[in-house]
Amino acid sequence: MANASTDDPTLAPGAPADAQDLATASQWRLMWLSFRKHRLAVFGGVVVLILYFIAAFAEFIAPFDPHKFNSRSVYHPPQMLRFVDVGEDGGWAIRPHVRAMKLVRDPETLAANYEPDPETKIYVRFFGKGDPYELWGLFPMERHLIAPVNAGDRFFLLGADRLGRDVLSRTIAGTRLSMSIGLVGVALSLVIGLILGGVSGYFGGRIDALIQRVIEVMIALPTIPLWMGLSAAMPADWSVVTRYFAITVILSLVGWTELARVVRGRFLSLRTEDFVVAARLDGTSQTRVIFRHIMPSIFSHIITAVSLAIPAMILAETALSFLGLGLLPPAISWGALLFEAQNIRSIVAGPWLFAPGILVLIAVLAFNFLGDGLRDAADPYATVER
Amino acid sequence: MLLRYTIRRILWTIPTLLVVSLLAFLIIQAPPGDFVTALTAALLESGDDVDIDQLNALRERYGLDQSVWVQYWKWISQVLIAGDFGISFEWRAPVSDLIWERMGLSVLLATATVLFTWSLALPIGIYSAVKKYTIGDYVVTTIGFFGLATPNFLLALILMYVAVVHFGTDVSGLFSIEYQNAPWSWAKFVDLLEHLWIPVIILGTSSTASIIRVMRANLLDELHRPYVVTGRAKGLSETRLLLRYPVRIALNPFVSTIGWVFPQIISGSVIVSVVLSLPTAGPLFLTALKSQDMYLAGSFVLLLSVLAVLGMLISDILLAIIDPRIRFK
Repeated sequence: MANASTDDPTLAPGAPADAQDLATASQWRLMWLSFRKHRLAVFGGVVVLILYFIAAFAEFIAPFDPHKFNSRSVYHPPQMLRFVDVGEDGGWAIRPHVRAMKLVRDPETLAANYEPDPETKIYVRFFGKGDPYELWGLFPMERHLIAPVNAGDRFFLLGADRLGRDVLSRTIAGTRLSMSIGLVGVALSLVIGLILGGVSGYFGGRIDALIQRVIEVMIALPTIPLWMGLSAAMPADWSVVTRYFAITVILSLVGWTELARVVRGRFLSLRTEDFVVAARLDGTSQTRVIFRHIMPSIFSHIITAVSLAIPAMILAETALSFLGLGLLPPAISWGALLFEAQNIRSIVAGPWLFAPGILVLIAVLAFNFLGDGLRDAADPYATVER
Repeated sequence: MLLRYTIRRILWTIPTLLVVSLLAFLIIQAPPGDFVTALTAALLESGDDVDIDQLNALRERYGLDQSVWVQYWKWISQVLIAGDFGISFEWRAPVSDLIWERMGLSVLLATATVLFTWSLALPIGIYSAVKKYTIGDYVVTTIGFFGLATPNFLLALILMYVAVVHFGTDVSGLFSIEYQNAPWSWAKFVDLLEHLWIPVIILGTSSTASIIRVMRANLLDELHRPYVVTGRAKGLSETRLLLRYPVRIALNPFVSTIGWVFPQIISGSVIVSVVLSLPTAGPLFLTALKSQDMYLAGSFVLLLSVLAVLGMLISDILLAIIDPRIRFK
């Protein structure tokens, strides 16, 4: 570390402000300083933030209504967004646009094909008006991040699916369910894991043995078949919202065991630490010992465990929906979108249907990098070697 | 001491198995309605004759009119005594006729995947640890991260796409058409091996990635231990020193996990098998779940859970053999 000299409490008055901070910095500040050095982790964190931003403002960022279909644009290939517009006279200006494509039918087979249409350009505008929507179901709006200048025009930056719906808009819309299902699921398993793991580790003895056996049984159950079995047990006529919460419950039913183990391990080792024993001898109530003295010490571990549990949940939801057992259309999640790309015929017709899969990959990678960095930053004994 | 630990551990397995089998049964029991009602509806729909007596006999046989506990007891006792897992109403055949060949293929696939993964990942992990922070290490680590983050089924889809578009072949299935329904023969086995490698690679990617990471970390912990320095000081050649001592210790965790790797891969292969339409247990399980073919689906969950519980038992015993501290706890 660059500031290794700060072990000395009597810093020279001329010492850099940074070094002076370090000697008296709080645990959080130390974690932040260490985390900041882990470039990949910071990058992962930024990507995660961007994804949640997209999830929060999905309707605004998506250029079109993700449910709007159009038989004229079935499997429309992706178009590139161009900025420099060269006019007929050779002059140029910065006018964002895409080159239009024409639907041509093969005279013999009647198969649909798209050909570039050099005559037409579809001009687009940032913050223009497009399909109306209600942000968070509250505010009626029509502005989109990118919208066509002529209201009727359509463009497909990531192509269209078998019903002519815009894949980019659908992928962006799917961000909301896919990214939030991880958060909600982890929050739920965190509550269960904290309580059971904490009780198990703090009280020990019989309760501990019992909870440990329960965890063992849960781990013995094969995860994916278990998830599949429980999802299949959901009635098909449940609404999107009910299904969503049922799935988070199903996912966290398995997810809590790992968190409970982490928490239990920390409780077990902290229970006999001097400061905890001292607090107990002072007659501090049990609640206060747990929440005031033990919890702050394991907080960083919990955050790490959470950041590594979220991607697992995202992957699980994607897999379930992909199999048609998780979220079902009209719900839009990455897994439900990939369900469309399940058979070889549709992926040959539109390889861009993989786009949601790429986003799954990005999200999971970002969370893993972030989690790795947090783990290193949270560990006060980690040797800085990178 | 080891014997006592082993016996205690085996005794613990019995209640676990009981609870696990009960859970497996409850899960498949969860959807409303019973399979005889569904069977009656299906028969009526297809215009077949409905033999009321026969249906009532089925109902009686599986205790469908009685409580869940009775149903569970009737089912599990038949499984234990006669190896009778119940009947599949969709296939109109006993579950045991349907499941064994497919489970066999699943286990074969899992075995091939484990062999592939270990023979690839362990050497790479060792390399990555020894050549820490070289370009090779970074390349391996990066690939490893991608391998971990890519869902298996996405990889399967991409491979299928590439195979169809660029090579004009179909990589799904485990047999060529002419062998699909043929009885087992040497030629069929060779045909199987020719098809097996694609699902093996797809299934192996993520575990390869994680094994590389674990092996690298384990070995890095060992490489600077005093016994390594001693060995070096005594003039052992580097390769011999490496393979003889630190690698052996770093391998311990893998030896002890061998038990539960199989059930894990089998349950993980469900989705890939569906995508690649492999004749393994996975797709059968999915269709059974979707059509609420409860005894078929339940038997699959039960078999996998039993495999997992036994696997953990084997792992724990292996671990106790390797690491004496565990026996005394």
